[in-house]
Amino acid sequence: MTSLVSVQGLKVHFPIRDGLVMNRRVGAVKAVDGVDLEIREGMTLGLVGESGCGKSTLGRALLRLSPVTEGRVVFDGTDVGELKGERLRRIRQDMQMVFQDPLASLNPRQSVETILTEPLRAHGIAYDRRTRVRELLDQVGLPPSAAQKYPHEFSGGQRQRIGIARAVALEPRFVIADEPVSALDVSIQAQVLNLLEELQEKLGLTYLVIAHDLAVVRHVSDEVAVMYLGGVVEQAPSDDLYAEPRHPYTMALMSAVPVPDPRVEATRERILLQGDLPSPANPPTGCRFHTRCPFRQESRCDTERPVLRELAPGHRVACHFAEEIADGRIRPHEVSAEQVLAG
Amino acid sequence: MTSTTTSAPLLAVRDLAVTFGTKGSRPVHAVDQVSFEIRPGQHVGLVGESGSGKSVTSLAIMGLLPRRGVRTSGEVLWGGQNLLEADRKTMSRLRGRDIAMVFQDPMTSLNPVVPVGIQVSEVITRHKGVDRREAADRAEALLRKVGIPDPGRRLGEYPHQLSGGMRQRVLIAMALACGPKLLIADEPTTALDVTIQAQVLEVLKDLVKDTDAALLMITHDLGVVAGLCDEVNVMYSGRIVESTTKDRLFGEPRHPYTGGLLESIPRLDSPRGTPLRPIPGSPTQTLPWSEGCAFSPRCRNKIDSCTTSTPVLEQHEDRQLRCFNPLTEARQEARS
Repeated sequence: MTSLVSVQGLKVHFPIRDGLVMNRRVGAVKAVDGVDLEIREGMTLGLVGESGCGKSTLGRALLRLSPVTEGRVVFDGTDVGELKGERLRRIRQDMQMVFQDPLASLNPRQSVETILTEPLRAHGIAYDRRTRVRELLDQVGLPPSAAQKYPHEFSGGQRQRIGIARAVALEPRFVIADEPVSALDVSIQAQVLNLLEELQEKLGLTYLVIAHDLAVVRHVSDEVAVMYLGGVVEQAPSDDLYAEPRHPYTMALMSAVPVPDPRVEATRERILLQGDLPSPANPPTGCRFHTRCPFRQESRCDTERPVLRELAPGHRVACHFAEEIADGRIRPHEVSAEQVLAG
Repeated sequence: MTSTTTSAPLLAVRDLAVTFGTKGSRPVHAVDQVSFEIRPGQHVGLVGESGSGKSVTSLAIMGLLPRRGVRTSGEVLWGGQNLLEADRKTMSRLRGRDIAMVFQDPMTSLNPVVPVGIQVSEVITRHKGVDRREAADRAEALLRKVGIPDPGRRLGEYPHQLSGGMRQRVLIAMALACGPKLLIADEPTTALDVTIQAQVLEVLKDLVKDTDAALLMITHDLGVVAGLCDEVNVMYSGRIVESTTKDRLFGEPRHPYTGGLLESIPRLDSPRGTPLRPIPGSPTQTLPWSEGCAFSPRCRNKIDSCTTSTPVLEQHEDRQLRCFNPLTEARQEARS
């Protein structure tokens, strides 16, 4: 299978400016700092990480909704970064987005019919208003009567269905879903996840699903990439990643997720991370994770930034000592919150 | 877990009902017929989705509901006294000293223009009658206890200078400042990232254990309940629908809503490809309890009587259940 989307050395830095008159540039928030990704046609890549790790910025950069500082985004052989005007607009027909908060991303003054046909009008696509809207609503499991209603008349789950219908209205090939279920009630989340899967099968979509919930990502993704502070630290087929996480951050992240089963909760071992995410304006030297890593080794971890390397087929990890950790040759040690602050 | 079934309850909620509504508008029964007990040192969970009435229950216990437009009935018994009838003075003596609360969003429950040190020591000076210097020392010790690095410096900082996890730790420190007998935690980790959530839950768990306080944990996250609580009450549309021990609830859920919730959550430890079975419809599609079971429009186990008469919460084998047609053992086996 070929890759539909290929990201090479992508960096998105937001300048920090100072001074009213001079407007000097005093630094940069390195939201995305050197990311390589391949998304194959027809598959789902899950992107997980905590808030502030750059996952949403990365998603937006793929659509050129965030400015790209460095690196390339190639969509089906075309370098998206070089496109301008009409050609950029045209390629966006093939790349659409589903947003986190359906109430904020739907115009409250537009009826559902207007919302769903706006992308068609914007791209000058001829359509039959009656049948197309009905078809789209049907695809996402809403009754035809929904067309004349307004977003506030729907529940959260139904609103997200409208957001999804709008995203697929242009028959895109690639859909980015940024936290598609995190604003929804638990009993509704599964409905939306199932709908996304169903549409993928029916329409042959390729997904990038961005989420902080590892269980959700695991459920929908064929492959998962874990981000920490602007960089991908581990990428692997979903099953491999969850069966055998190799990066210390992935291990900690997975052990932190509460499991709704008291027997599991009582017996599982936790890797408790200390401290908070460092500032992306002033990231730690070397490995970004070394300040909080329980496996940190002297000098190499804080001087040399590890690159992603393939440990098993398709399983790539950015850690100098991944093998030693897996073999148990390096044991975890205590990290205090004071040490994290000191760096 | 030290509690036994024989000890007297610390807090007993009996038939609590909270109705919102002003003259002319249709009243909203946010909470109805809610009864449960918390014994000393026990950890009780109150689980439900948004709008199920779990937060309103906790506000009613604390006497924090507005007086206008709200009708409460039933009893909230604390040491023989009904808190719903207690005067303002009694309540403000009780709040923060005997019953403390941790809220969901630490940014809105801390005062943004007062340094956190003063906010923590205020609780201590108010209830313990010590002078300010002594209170500041105790505040520093508390911040250290909840795992805030360099607490001496943090005392002088404002809430916006702290991260979300640290703010929540400050709230926990404030809540535990006077050694309360009961701590009510209303979605204390919902606004936090998973690794920070794990830190905060660990702090909460350790402190509650150290101080022997009872805990009422209000959450929508069944995973949090599984790790923390002894007893669980599941709420739907303002009423408790299932109430039992944690092991029974997760091991064999009997109410179709509880069972449906457990089947619809993607789990980290289940094999990939396990299909999710969502609960159809949405939490807004409820039947008024007066006409039948509120969950019946979404229920897979619905029978005729569900829409003609109202189920009551009654003892059903090993638990309290509000259902005419509960899930059976056979169904459980088919599921696993």
